[in-house]
Amino acid sequence: MSELTRLTAADMSERLRARDISAAELTEAHLDRIEAVDGKLHAFLHVAADKARAQARDIDARRSQQENLPPLAGVPVAVKDVFATVGMPTTCGSRILEGWHPPYDATITRRLKDNGAIILGKTNMDEFAMGSSTENSAFGPSRNPWDLAKIPGGSSGGSSAAVAGYEAPLAIGTDTGGSIRQPAAVCGIVGTKPTYGGSSRYGVVAFASSLDTPGPFGRTVLDAALLHEAMSGHDPMDSTSVDAPVPPVVEAARQADVSGMRIGVVTDLSGEGYQPGVMARFTEAVELLEHLGAKITELSCPHFKYALPAYYLIAPSECSSNLARFDGMRYGLRVGDDGTRDAEQVMRLTREEGFGPEVKRRIVLGAYALSSGYYDAYYGKAQQVRTLIIRDFEAAFGQVDVLVSPVTPTTAFGIGERADDPMAMYLADLCTIPSDLAGNAAISVPCGLADEDGLPVGLQVMAPAMADDRLYRVGAAAEAALTDRWGQPILSGAKGLDA
Amino acid sequence: MITDRYSPVIGLETHVELGTRTKMFCGCTTEFNRDHNGQVCPVCLGLPGSLPVANKKAIEYTIKIGLALHCSIASWCRFARKNYFYPDMPKNFQISQYDEPLCSDGYLDVVVAGSTVRVGIERVHLEEDTGKSLHIGGATGRIHGADYSLVDYNRAGIPLVEIVTKPVDGTGELAPLVARAYVTELRDLLRTLDVSDVRMEEGSLRCDVNTSLSPVGSSVWGTRTETKNVNSLRSVERAVRSEMERQALVLDGGGRVIQETRHFHEDTGTTTSGRSKEEAQDYRYFPEPDLVPIAPPAEWVEEIRASLPELPSARRTRLQAEWGLSDLDMAALHNADALDLVDATVAAGASPADARKWWLGELARRANEASVELAALAITPSQVAVVAGLVAAGTLNDRLARDVIDGVLAGEGSPDEVVAARGLAVVSDSAALTAAVDEAILADPDAVASIRAGRTGAIGVLVGAVMKATRGKADAATVRSLIEQRLG
Repeated sequence: MSELTRLTAADMSERLRARDISAAELTEAHLDRIEAVDGKLHAFLHVAADKARAQARDIDARRSQQENLPPLAGVPVAVKDVFATVGMPTTCGSRILEGWHPPYDATITRRLKDNGAIILGKTNMDEFAMGSSTENSAFGPSRNPWDLAKIPGGSSGGSSAAVAGYEAPLAIGTDTGGSIRQPAAVCGIVGTKPTYGGSSRYGVVAFASSLDTPGPFGRTVLDAALLHEAMSGHDPMDSTSVDAPVPPVVEAARQADVSGMRIGVVTDLSGEGYQPGVMARFTEAVELLEHLGAKITELSCPHFKYALPAYYLIAPSECSSNLARFDGMRYGLRVGDDGTRDAEQVMRLTREEGFGPEVKRRIVLGAYALSSGYYDAYYGKAQQVRTLIIRDFEAAFGQVDVLVSPVTPTTAFGIGERADDPMAMYLADLCTIPSDLAGNAAISVPCGLADEDGLPVGLQVMAPAMADDRLYRVGAAAEAALTDRWGQPILSGAKGLDA
Repeated sequence: MITDRYSPVIGLETHVELGTRTKMFCGCTTEFNRDHNGQVCPVCLGLPGSLPVANKKAIEYTIKIGLALHCSIASWCRFARKNYFYPDMPKNFQISQYDEPLCSDGYLDVVVAGSTVRVGIERVHLEEDTGKSLHIGGATGRIHGADYSLVDYNRAGIPLVEIVTKPVDGTGELAPLVARAYVTELRDLLRTLDVSDVRMEEGSLRCDVNTSLSPVGSSVWGTRTETKNVNSLRSVERAVRSEMERQALVLDGGGRVIQETRHFHEDTGTTTSGRSKEEAQDYRYFPEPDLVPIAPPAEWVEEIRASLPELPSARRTRLQAEWGLSDLDMAALHNADALDLVDATVAAGASPADARKWWLGELARRANEASVELAALAITPSQVAVVAGLVAAGTLNDRLARDVIDGVLAGEGSPDEVVAARGLAVVSDSAALTAAVDEAILADPDAVASIRAGRTGAIGVLVGAVMKATRGKADAATVRSLIEQRLG
């Protein structure tokens, strides 16, 4: 493997700026790496090699003209296949969108291009972002670089596998119930769910509109911050976008200082069902933060235990409506249009064949929860729970600056292990869902390896809405202390691709 | 009579396409485009990932309508998704409003047969229009039996306001006229507010009419039907009348009216059954998560209220006083849709009496002959004012004025140009006129004798002869006085 792919994005940025390396050779190194390992990882659904090379040549030409370029100019990035990209397919991991080439770019796709980031291709995901393992992708699962028999998390598992497998230094994903943080945790990298509305949803194929939040993956906290800053900010095309400056995340990542910060440990996110090795690493990380000068308190968020059921009413309800447009009439798959069937029959056949079982399960759940006579008991009640969870957060953030918990109760599980047990699969998002329901910000930072299986564990830090910078202060401080504790970056332990 | 046995209850749902420059949730223009699917973008096509952004102008127009209808304006309300599958709906849901309409609880007064009926307004809400399906092949032009269908999404996303009345009861046999008067008044109101071009024929104002009958004296309303495809003011009246007659027949025969959608047919003036509403469709409404709530600040609402123009009913009261017309005359003007035309003609200098006379007389006759609206005639109010002025000045008599109008309607130019080109001015050359008078006197000694004998009625015979000789271009009064001078 070329040493170039081992660099952090921050180092790549520095060396590109110094013209020590070129965007072309950096891009080529990553395309080589993809060529070498993606047969095993299956992180990518589409590799845009020629477009990436052309983009890199353009950046190099502009830099040679002494043009002042943004920090990410020339740095490769992988994009989850849920973002609309002109000139590349966008499938959302679904057969129903096979062959669709969007005629427009998502706002974030455009911002990546405007920042000069080199888009390597589109990464695998659970179909329409529904899942925690990428096993729901219609195009087969991605694999975990730590152990190819394990899941890389989901739904943004292609993005986490690509970054952990050194196929890309950075990637973007979306988090609806934990779809950035859980894959980051099980792959031993950094992933952030920004504040809802802090990053634009325009051009992100919707799963659950009130929850979907695009965010960054990186191998270091600073790298994630660089991408976070580049992709964020107000977008007039998204009515739910926050019209306020992007929190100073890069500055916070460089500060890496937690002295005097008040950190709350959420006692409700522990106990039965949590793997001992996960709890051990989490507790150790909290102790390290205390050692660095943070003030640790334990507190309870009593309604978090209702977050999972509330989520599994709200998200499917919105998805049942959002996914109605996939009917074979205008784009994507069309089944049964043989001249004998009417439009409604073609819609039925297309949806029957085009959607996978998990997507169908959630559409049915959601349509039921919204139906007349059940709305109040299900969707209405879930929204009330959501309000209570927001109040739990408000009460907690009245006492502390950030909250911490494990990211997911267990380390990466085996491919196929939970495939037939939706409830077991849903539990992977137990700790991440509250922040999605409340719309605030949260990050997953590697905090070591579990003793029982040697797989990575993630530390979750949660902050109030638009206080995303706090995530990076705590995350970067923890990262530095943990690197000292482990003697090297935690990701260095990933050996799944060495075999 | 039906209304001896049954009391009708009617209700109207009116959809109005707003005249905003751009669509409800995207920047596409709303202008009519001949190219199918020529005015679409990722948002109004509902492409995956696209998001709506609400058009502020459309919200302002809706508030304007609500205020003019005496509604309360919500200080906070939301859009909702109405979910159902149909190929002309790009997202398979329509962004509409459900239990939180922007405007609610108002009224509109209409005058029918000399008395005022207050029609309650239940709600005014904002939504997006759907695309248009074109069904190719088959006999009916409807989807059933068609070979295939095409969809044009130019209309998808045009802002649409839905105005729903409360049930109107107690109007008895006047119900069809009340329905028509309501839609007429609403149309005039919307036109005055300048929020829509309100053309029923082109679908920018569409009307669904609910009708039910209950036995006279019963406190329970009957089962209602909803009649669609009612595309003119006349059809509104006919649709209610036809449904009243049909339902009365069903009830007289001991039958039961079925709750259903019915289609009105312009040619027969009757309705036929559409889809049954017995099993109401479940639209699974829920608040639209892609849009933020509408929360119009109170100051903004007051600003809009202050900017409302003079509303049609107030204007009619004012004009009636200014013009000195009776209630009946005013009603005739209003019913003939001639109010704006007369007002503009008066503004161009004609007297109210003249303006009214020309528009309700000669011009109404021409419009009727040509089967067009009065306003569609190829003559402008200022041209009518010019004609009236020429008559008042004695340049034209009424007969010549009608010729001038002929010329203008035939596209021969302005009234002055037509007068010049056709040589239509009255003969004002006194020498020529005196010669014609002398000729007439010489030619009819009997008449002269009668006049000299004091039978002044015979003057008319001589006047007629002069008018004939001058081919109508003489002013009859001038001719009469010339004859009197000669024989006096």
